[in-house]
Amino acid sequence: MTGLDLAFAACGALAVVGGLLAVTTRHVVHAALWLVVALLGVAGCLLVLGHELVALVLVLVYVGAIVVLVLFALMLTRAPIGPDLVHDVPWWRRMLAGAAGAATTALLLAALLPLAGGAVERREISNQAVATEIFGTWVWPFEALSVLLLAALIAALAVSRGRRAEEVSGE
Amino acid sequence: MSVLEVVVRSVAVLAAFLVFPLLVGQTEHKLMAHMQGRLGPMYAGGFHGWAQLVADGVKFAQKEDITPRAADRWIFRVAPFVALVPYLLAMAALPLQSGVAAVDVPGSAVLVLASTSVGALGTLMAGWASANKYALLGALRSAAQLVSYELPLVLAVASACLAAGTLSLSGVVEAWTPWWLIWQLPGAIVFLVAALAELQRPPFDMPIADAELVMGPWTEYTGLRFAFFLLAEYAGIVVFSLLFAVLYLGGWRGPFDEQLGWLWTLLKGFGVAILVIWFRVAWPRMREDQLQRLAWLRLLPMALIQLALTGIGVVMTQ
Repeated sequence: MTGLDLAFAACGALAVVGGLLAVTTRHVVHAALWLVVALLGVAGCLLVLGHELVALVLVLVYVGAIVVLVLFALMLTRAPIGPDLVHDVPWWRRMLAGAAGAATTALLLAALLPLAGGAVERREISNQAVATEIFGTWVWPFEALSVLLLAALIAALAVSRGRRAEEVSGE
Repeated sequence: MSVLEVVVRSVAVLAAFLVFPLLVGQTEHKLMAHMQGRLGPMYAGGFHGWAQLVADGVKFAQKEDITPRAADRWIFRVAPFVALVPYLLAMAALPLQSGVAAVDVPGSAVLVLASTSVGALGTLMAGWASANKYALLGALRSAAQLVSYELPLVLAVASACLAAGTLSLSGVVEAWTPWWLIWQLPGAIVFLVAALAELQRPPFDMPIADAELVMGPWTEYTGLRFAFFLLAEYAGIVVFSLLFAVLYLGGWRGPFDEQLGWLWTLLKGFGVAILVIWFRVAWPRMREDQLQRLAWLRLLPMALIQLALTGIGVVMTQ
């Protein structure tokens, strides 16, 4: 058991506990905030492994922008203080959701556990190496992803604008 | 790194974190007063009211710490720390002189950006957990503002990092030349405006507009927790001013920078902080739609053009 092992285990535990609380809590905004804890745990794991850039970008994009957006949407719609009883679901649906989650976890564990080695190793990966990989080897998937996101953005704009035009013409 | 060194570095960052924001705050008191034909604080401490903010701190510490009954207790109580601690981390990554930074990491520019973006969560948590309509409206406004201005800010920093060819702040200063003052000028303007908006300083203080929203997300806070939000705001000014000095003004570069480098960094940062204070006195608050228009129609295209310009410059000179 090295210090790295301990740090990795602590971050991993933080991510797992944060994730579990995010899906089980009855408070909507608390769920978003537990998601932040889970993401910080994952970022911590990446830091321990030496992937500094990936960890920081994870925090910058997911915590700094996406969770802020989620919180914004929650506050705009309905985010009561205290447990949200409007969206209560029957017990059998909770059981089904739990079973689906457990099955996914089991599948992932079955696939990943045989690959796990012994002690946690730290590999210093320079930012240049990450950049060369993304913009060299993986440039086509990267570009395809960005085109996909752009298409989604334009489609969202078209949906929101198009309906308004219809309403105007209908009047 | 030995344990002693870690302790010394941490204490140094903590001291800077407690002293510099007070210095900026006092400067704001006096400078704003003189710009408006007043004297500002004159009594506390004797000489020109130098101890005003210390007295304010004592006052805040004595006040009762109230949590409203309808509030979400835990989030309400944790929010000031979420707003404050990331700036401490950001300050640790800023280099003062070549080789002098509390933590010198290869991706320090991203580290500073990531930690300041986490600080924004504190405002949102405070606004939502207060169970107060003014606070919630303030939090909504600040979320909309932060999401819009995050993008130009990151693009402007990306441009400076691209020009230097590194994500490390010390590396950016090493690569800096006086030509950057012209070459990176649009990026510098974008950064300054977006940083003001991220800090929610006037003219971008729509979220805490006191005539409409009392104090926005901070309405329900009293005592030390309120003081922590104020400290976070001024620490934010310090972090963004020093970051501006490091990215666009050449950090510690100047005469005698072997010995006096740290002084140059601090002086340049202080100059930017004075500019931030000046903007508060000079411009009225912007309306919500004007804020969004400025971010998406002016700053974002300007940041993209700067990025293209930097790309062309880097390719041509290599």
